[in-house]
Amino acid sequence: MNTIAIDPAHAEPREFLCREEGHAHNGTLLGFWLYLMSDCFIFAALFACNAVLGNSYAGGPSAHDVFDLHGLAVNTALLLVSSVTFGFAMLEMARERKRAMLGWLAVSGVLAAVFVGLEIHEFASMIAEGAGPGRSAFLSSFFTLVGTHGLHVTVGVLWLIVLMVQLGKHGLTEANRRRLMCLSMFWHFLDLVWVGVFSYVYLVGVLR
Amino acid sequence: MSHPSESAHGAAAHADDHDSAHPSHGSLRGYLTGFTLAAILTIIPFWLVMDHVIASTQATIIIVLGLAVVQIVVHMIYFLHLDTRSENGWNMLAFIFTIVLVVIVLGASIWVMYNENANMMPMSPQYMHHKQGS
Repeated sequence: MNTIAIDPAHAEPREFLCREEGHAHNGTLLGFWLYLMSDCFIFAALFACNAVLGNSYAGGPSAHDVFDLHGLAVNTALLLVSSVTFGFAMLEMARERKRAMLGWLAVSGVLAAVFVGLEIHEFASMIAEGAGPGRSAFLSSFFTLVGTHGLHVTVGVLWLIVLMVQLGKHGLTEANRRRLMCLSMFWHFLDLVWVGVFSYVYLVGVLR
Repeated sequence: MSHPSESAHGAAAHADDHDSAHPSHGSLRGYLTGFTLAAILTIIPFWLVMDHVIASTQATIIIVLGLAVVQIVVHMIYFLHLDTRSENGWNMLAFIFTIVLVVIVLGASIWVMYNENANMMPMSPQYMHHKQGS
């Protein structure tokens, strides 16, 4: 009965014909990348809205009237520097220097929080001037696109705070590294979307 | 990655071991290069628009959009570390697929709505003024 199992000819491991690559060791990063790509579609739809409705002022203020390019330059600089400091944090993570990493993460978080604060201030002053999202199709599309980006940055800052608490408590565990890599991609992605926002919505908006 | 001693060998050895499974963390040089390029590519469009350097609005718009595309590529390479090897190329494949769809969404929306506005919706103030004048 058991002779087949004992027979040394059958004891060697069976070979399966599965020569292609298996699953990635850590599929989370690929999955998160796919999420970011789907987020691209949200922003693409909102950019398309802005492109179509950007001239529909309905007799209200135009892009030239409401946009403050000096404030925009400050916001752009904040987000770009924050992206680089987050990169520095990832380098410190690779070197296992937790304290320096937390320092760079805090710098990135503060810069992004100031960015959100300035954007809320900009929105509030626009609404106070009567250029709120209900004034014209142009302003509706502007508030939706820039507001969606600002909401992403806000969520990123909250995520960063939670992750810094986790890192402080549990240190550089494998799970925390993975989370930090996902947040890093999210952070750089938001800076990338902002390039489109300041170039197209603001600078081209002022020109056309 | 799990061995602490491995980190002592530096980022290069680390990247060689795990490049296919993990995205690289980049290098200080890479981040600084990316930052410098991004800063230059940000300052030029701001300068063009704020100081009205080029008389033609059309030309300025094309240059600003062109620089934005270049800066997005710079961010992709130096900050997001996108290359054909990460995750066995699936990152790049998903990205190319996304770009194709984004171009269709943006291009088709602008194209269709421009023609719609030009042919079917004569509601601009200039048109109304013209109509009243004639």
